[in-house]
This record gives sequence, C-alpha cells and structure tokens, in this order.
Amino acid sequence: MTSILIKNGFVIDPVQGIRGDKMDIAINDGKIVKNLSNPDKTIDASGMVVMAGGVDIHSHVAGAKVNVGRTFRPEDKLQSTYAPYHGIRHMAGGTSVPTVFKTAYMYADMGYTTVIEAAMPPLYARHTHEEMRDTPIIDEAALPMFGNNWFVLDYLKRGEMDNAAAYIAWLLRSTKGYGIKCVNPGGTEAWAWGLNCLSIDDPVPYFDITPRQIVSGLMEVNEYLHLPHSLHLHSNNLGNPGNYTTTLDTLKLSEGIKPNNNFGREQVLHHTHIQFHSYGGTTWADFESKGKEVMDYINSHPAVTCDIGFVTLDETTTMTGDGPFEYHLNKLNHLKWANTDVELECGSGIVPYVYSKDVYVCGVQWSIGLEMALLAKDHMRCYLTTDHPNAGPFWRYPRIMKWLMSEKARNDVLATMKNEDKVRDRSTLGSIDRELTLYEIAQMTRAGPAKALGLGSSVGGLVPGMQADIAVYPYNPETESDPEKIEWAFSHAKYLIKSGEVILNDGEVVSNGNKKTYWVDVKTTPNRQVERDIDQTFVKYYTVNKNNYEVNEHEFMKNPCVVQIDAIQ
Amino acid sequence: MSKRLTDIICPFCGTLCDDIEVEVSDDGKQILEVYNSCAIGSEKFLHAQSPDRITRPRMKQEDGSWKETTYEEAAKYTAKILCDAKKPLMYGWSSTSCEAQSTGHMIAEQVGGVLDNTATVCHGSTLIAMQDVGIPSCTLGEVKNRADRIIFWGCNPAHAHPRHMSRYSIYSRGYFTGKGSKSRKIIVVDPRPTDSASLADEYIQVEQGRDYELLSALRAALRGAQLPDKVSGVTKEKIYEIVDILKGGRFVVIFFGMGVTHSLGKNHNIDMAIALTADLNNYTKASIIAMRGHYNVTGSGQVLGWQFGFPFCVDLSRGFARYNPGETSSNDLLMRGEVDGCLVVGSDPGSHFPIASVKKIHDIPTVCIDPHTTPTTAVSTCHVPVAIVGIEVGGSCYRMDNVPIESRKVVDPPAGMLTDAEFLGLVLKEVNHIKGVAE
Repeated sequence: MTSILIKNGFVIDPVQGIRGDKMDIAINDGKIVKNLSNPDKTIDASGMVVMAGGVDIHSHVAGAKVNVGRTFRPEDKLQSTYAPYHGIRHMAGGTSVPTVFKTAYMYADMGYTTVIEAAMPPLYARHTHEEMRDTPIIDEAALPMFGNNWFVLDYLKRGEMDNAAAYIAWLLRSTKGYGIKCVNPGGTEAWAWGLNCLSIDDPVPYFDITPRQIVSGLMEVNEYLHLPHSLHLHSNNLGNPGNYTTTLDTLKLSEGIKPNNNFGREQVLHHTHIQFHSYGGTTWADFESKGKEVMDYINSHPAVTCDIGFVTLDETTTMTGDGPFEYHLNKLNHLKWANTDVELECGSGIVPYVYSKDVYVCGVQWSIGLEMALLAKDHMRCYLTTDHPNAGPFWRYPRIMKWLMSEKARNDVLATMKNEDKVRDRSTLGSIDRELTLYEIAQMTRAGPAKALGLGSSVGGLVPGMQADIAVYPYNPETESDPEKIEWAFSHAKYLIKSGEVILNDGEVVSNGNKKTYWVDVKTTPNRQVERDIDQTFVKYYTVNKNNYEVNEHEFMKNPCVVQIDAIQ
Repeated sequence: MSKRLTDIICPFCGTLCDDIEVEVSDDGKQILEVYNSCAIGSEKFLHAQSPDRITRPRMKQEDGSWKETTYEEAAKYTAKILCDAKKPLMYGWSSTSCEAQSTGHMIAEQVGGVLDNTATVCHGSTLIAMQDVGIPSCTLGEVKNRADRIIFWGCNPAHAHPRHMSRYSIYSRGYFTGKGSKSRKIIVVDPRPTDSASLADEYIQVEQGRDYELLSALRAALRGAQLPDKVSGVTKEKIYEIVDILKGGRFVVIFFGMGVTHSLGKNHNIDMAIALTADLNNYTKASIIAMRGHYNVTGSGQVLGWQFGFPFCVDLSRGFARYNPGETSSNDLLMRGEVDGCLVVGSDPGSHFPIASVKKIHDIPTVCIDPHTTPTTAVSTCHVPVAIVGIEVGGSCYRMDNVPIESRKVVDPPAGMLTDAEFLGLVLKEVNHIKGVAE
C-alpha cells in the first residue's frame, strides 16, 4: 500500500474539534498516521477543504425494491445522461434510482465512502448482498427489517426478551445484517390484510400487539445484544397530516432506556427521515410544519438521534418497507404502484413521485426538512439524508448543503415557488437566518452518523489510526462567498481516498477500490426454544427451506468485515 | 452405501423447489435417485448422467460435421467473433446462474453486445406492463399462508409448474389457510379446458384472444357498472358472480402465463390484469404473480436491472445501455439482419424462435454454451458444453417471485468440463487481451 501526504488543506474534523486549520494529513498502509517521511504520493490541497469520507446512515441503494424501482422505470434513465463505458469505469445510468455502478461513482464524486442500505427484507437478503457486492468503491452494510416479523411479534407480545434476542441474533447472522431496522411497526403486517397501524396503540391484526410494545421491545433487545447501532426506526403514520403526535409518542418510548455497547454509541433510538414524520394539520388543506415541536423534543433528549430526509424538489422514485403508505401515495398521484409483501417478515412498496415546487404541500415539505436541520442544536445527532430516493436522490446532498449554509440560497428557492406566501406561512423556515458552518455539515455527514452507527472509532474522522477515508473538495472557505460554489464543490471532490487507496485523482475515477461489507455476529446463550421455533416455522410456513436461507458470506459478500459481539455476559 | 443429499434446488422451472433430495453413490459421483421433485425435475437430474453427453467443445466444419476442440480454443473463437461483430447478440441467460450472467455482462460491456434473455419471447410483455402500470405482488409464502382466492389465467401449472399447486397455491396448508385446498376458491381462466382447469372451483372458458375484454369487464363489474349480456363468451351473470367471489376473499392472487402474455393484446392484457389487481385492493387484499418459466429468467432480469437498469432487451452497442423492445429485442434484431455474431447461453432459441430468426442464427457465426445438444447447437458454428448449474455447480438463482436462492452442487461434472461462468471468464480474458484492457 502506498503512503500519501495531503498537504496544506483546510482540515475539518469534528471528531478532533478541528475547524478548518491548515494542516497536513498523512496516510500509510490504509490508515491515517501522525506523520510520514518520504510519502509515495503528495497531494497539494492548498485552498481546498479536507474532510473524512462521508457516511450515509440511511439510503436505499441495493436490494429487491431498489431493483424494482430501476427496472419498472425505464424513463428514469432518460432524465440524465447515461455515462458510457470508459476505461475502468463501467457504463452508468439512472437518475433517481441509479445502477450499482453509478451509485458508487456518484457517492465517490461527493466524497462519500460508507453507505448503509436502510431496509433489507430478510428473505431477499441474498439479493441485497449481490447488489452490494457489485457496487464498487463504497463500504456498505444493510439493516434487516424486524418490525413486522412474526417471530418478533410473537416473542415481544409474550414478553420473552431472551427469545426475541436469540432470534434477532440468529437472523442477523443468517442475513449478514448490521442492525435492527423497524419500518411501520405492525403496520406492514396489517397491510398483508389491506389494513394499517396509524398510532402506536393500534393493535396488529391477529397478533394483538401494539406498535408501542414492538418499538419498546426492539430497543430493549438492541441494548441487550450490545449492538453497534441503535434501533433504526421509521415510525407509524408516515407522510400524513397531523402525524407529529404519533412521532412524539414514539420518541417518548426511548425515555428510560440506557445505551449499552462498546462502540461509543450514545443513542438508544435513531429515528429516520424525521421530516416525513413532523406534519401538522388535519388534511392536505391545512397541512403545516410541526418540525419545531419535534426538533425541540430531540434537542432536549440526548438518547435520540435523527436523520432528516430532505425533500429536494425533484422527480424521484419512492420506495419503502411501509407497504400501506405506498398504496395511499398511489391513491394521491395515480402513477404506477409496485408492492411486494414478504412472507412472515415484512413488505414494501414503490411509487414514482414528483415533488414540484409549484405544489404548496411539496414546498412545505421542503421547508420542514431545512427548518428542522436549522433548529437542531446538536448536529452530532441530526444527519443529512434524503432517505434516498424517497425525498430526493442522494446526489442532491451538495445542494442541501448549499441551502443549509446560505439563507440567500433558500430565499432564492422560495421566491420561485408559485405559492410562496402559503409555503412561508406554514413553517418557520422564512424566519430562520441561521447558516450552518462546514464544521456542522461535517458533523451531519461524517462524524455524527459514524458515531451513531457505532463505527466512530474507524470512520467519520481523521484521527491517526482510523481507516484512511478522506475527501478533498475544491472549495476555499476563506475566499468563497457564492453559495452555488458549495453545491458544485461538494459534487466534485477533487480527490477521494478510501482505505488508503486513491479512488478519485484530480476528479477522475482511477480505481474501483476494495469495498468492504460490514455485518454483526452476536453470540447469545444457546436457546433450544428459539431453535425449535425456527425449525418448525420453516417447515410449516416458509416456502424456502431453513438450510437454503442463510446468506453465504464468501459467495455473496465482498471483503466481509464482521463485528463480533459477545452478549452472553 | 448411497448417500442422500437434502435441500437441493431444482434447476428447471420458476417454481425453484428447494426441497429436492438426491441419492448419490457412495463415491458421490453417480446420481441414483431423485426424491420430491416433479417428473420434469427428476429427468433433469437423471439426464446429467447420460452416457452420450458431449463433454468437450466442438467446432462445425465446412462439411457440417463437428470437430472436437479445447475450451481455450473455443474461448478464443468466441472472443474473436464477439470482438469482430459490430452488433453481437448475447442471448439466453435464463438457465444459468447469476454469476455466469454477470461475467457475460462484463464481456458485453466491452464488445458492445446486445443482452437479451428468454423473457423476450415469454414474460417480456409482463415486464413492459410493469413499466406501464406497476405491479402489486407478494412472495409465494404469502400465497401459501394467506390466499383464499386464486386465479390461474392463461397458465397451466399442472403441466408447466407441476409442484406450484402443492407447494404454494392450491393444496399447501399455511398459517391462515390450515385447511389447504378447502380454504381456497380456485378460478381458472383459459380457452382450453386444461388439466389445471379440472382442479378449479370455477372454470371460465374465455374466447381465444379475448382476455383483455374479459379483464376489463371484471374491472367494470367491480365498480358496479352495467355489462352487456356476454363478454368474451362469458355471461354477465358469471362475471358478477366471479367478482363477488373475489371481493368476498381475504387475499386474492392472480397467476398468469403465456396464454395472456403472447396472445392478442400482449402487454395490454397484463396492464389490465395488474389494474384489476390494484382495483381489488380497494375492497380486499390482492396480488399478482407472473408464472416465470426458466428457473433463473427472473435472475437475469435482476442482474441486468442492477447493472444496467433494464430487465431485458439491453443494447450496449453504442457504449451505453439502451432499451427499446421492438427495436433492441432479439427477434427484431435478427429478422432485420442487424446482428453479425451471436452467443447463446442457457437457452434454446432454435426451438422457440420463429424459423426466420433461426435461419439468421445459422447464417452468422454463433457460439452456443449449453450442457445439452439442442436445435440451437445444430445451427451454431461452435458448441461449448458445460457443467449443469444446480447439479454440477452451484450459483445464485431467482424464483418467479424474485426470491433469491443459492443452488447447490450435487455431483462433479464429467472430468475436464468447465462451468459456464468459468468458460465465460476465459472469454472475458481473451476479450480483454484483444481490446488491450488491463485486468
């Protein structure tokens, strides 16, 4: 491995509290080192920003529903140029749902090196891993979904925490998953009968358990297993006017639970795409922001983290494990609707969507995301995402950075909206003059999400000893004043180094890298009851044999990186 | 003493049964008996033992006779015809693993090939319909555990997917369907009284080529609209009765096959069937599933999807991916004479394409990678026999409901034989060499 010295950049690293000092960063043998003599390669980063590689905590980039989004939208390939095959670069196309190659190249262009696939249906885990294996450059991990799983519903209903924990450990191992994802707890199981759970006390049909019990139980199990990441939650009632009360009810369930892990994680609940869950009003007519109310709660509760899910005002493809939501969304826009219910486990839906800035609801949704991020007091707990591709494609992150860092840029967008007055009236965004700093952006895009994922000791920062994931952006914070330059610079990293290997050199992809895939293997006390339940259930109710269920690490994962945990003590 | 191997995956149809048991000889070299599989599946396993199997690549001579060659020479020849061609067609992919498909795609990227799979003459119209109107669907386990109304429309599982009915759709006993077939109402819609129709509670004999009208009538009846006395040969009373049966169910599933995908109306029939499914969700729960044929045609669509964004008819000849069925589909390309080199992998266009297309395949240099001797090998210039996926080598496969299953190796292939992934790997190496690309 080569040694590299990145000289003279404006270094921004919230992990060490470095705020744009002119420094050198040295890399040797894939790691960041204190100093280096005679580097093999020197990168002159004068006048440029140097940050750790970006970490995306929630993005739908691989797996069954992502691929339905690709294949059932040929029109999505016409919205942007299909980049031709060139040297080591594969041909790369797609706009809101790019192919695996384009996904990797666009993340690399933005200086991102770690991406978490946010929803893996366990039965489709092999598919998710095949796509991640074919995605070059970026390190990945996937979160299997548990919130509607029959085993989990059954064990939690009966209060059998040991059994729930043993099952979850088994499923993480079988699917090579990274943590506990919960989507519309109970609601997707209800959707198998065409129903839904809209509050945390709506009982799940047949199983007779409530979302409240599911969320509390999963948080408890998560800490029992000492997992690196906390419960990763998409709560009930997403996308509906007035849903902020459901959100607050759900967030309150975290009170009293203590984080229990050796990975430096401090939260017990990560609530994802919180923008979609912070709506007031009773109908679309009196729809308004309750972003402030929800963010006030998060600001005062350090055991909760969130990512925003910024609406980017683009045409996109919504896809989620929240099956009933997609059905209702399709009733609103009447575009095509795909749905897949997955036996005993979960479900998903996909609907194309156009966030038009001329539709006031979309304008308000756009405002809510920005409003919440600007009202956040601790950006180590509030992260930048678009719930790709639900609120917008991930490659719009630099544009969101521009909006967050410039009041002028925000006002420019508001001024072009057909319903500007109404949009301004329905949220507090117009009255906020805060402009985030690059330091806060680095918290939102690297240091924060890395810590929340339990990866904070190896990625998301520039501390010697950490994995050498480093991005250099052509942006001079001392001289630059044009907000457009922010968007441009953060879409066009000049250099990207991943695990010590140069991926982007002067903006050109020079390597497909050596990506790795994280998964979590938790050792639990052998549990005969759960083993028997699993055996019986596979024989009786699954359509795949138990012996054909486990994902083969060597066949389906590139450079598997297993996080070993012993939860027996 | 023989050994019995369990949890084996049957590499025949899209049902992708994974509960096959195979008895092999003590030395593990001979398949003695196959359990749990249907007659077709058994035959596929047992046929692997056939003493007349071709085990080495062979080139066709001027006089039409075959001459044995090596894999290395065959790979050189394949690479040459693909690199020499302006628009090589790389067709098939449905009876091989996703790993082999992926290697083939990397070759296509370099030589500017057209990648198309057997959906082009099968469920391609279904894929087009999904692009028109989406698809509300579910896994086969949902059918097993919940479905109480099953429609088979233009498909005949009794012959084409023999174990579908016992594993998933008619007889299976699931969590909420403990009484098996007694907890379900089966409706078969077909112009012919098939063997599947004989299992139905309701058999609807639709006039041939009039599926679109009948589906429309069902949608209209669902909304309470008036119907003419007869639609597609079915009385309005019957149509209202069927709608009542469907509305009265807790979970409706429509399975459909070639009877609607390639009869008059094609993708528009499927548009209407999908729209009917979506409409039914206003009253109860409903899903629709295509009865995919080859065991991994679904996988080919998936791999093409994540690598290039389209499920079939993917034309890479301009250096980037284009998709336009009717223009970039195999038969249209062949019949227009646009193709000047051909690679066939894991399928048999010689049997299933129109004769005009097969003649074109005969007229251009064609390499056929197939374990068996088929009508396609007969019109090819080079035949590369390979190990049989799912029997002699494992690999990833996708069931008709898109569930991925890793197939297993049961016995070794005959000595010295390569797998198709290995052979395509050799071709890729040669292509890299010709194109001067570093590996």
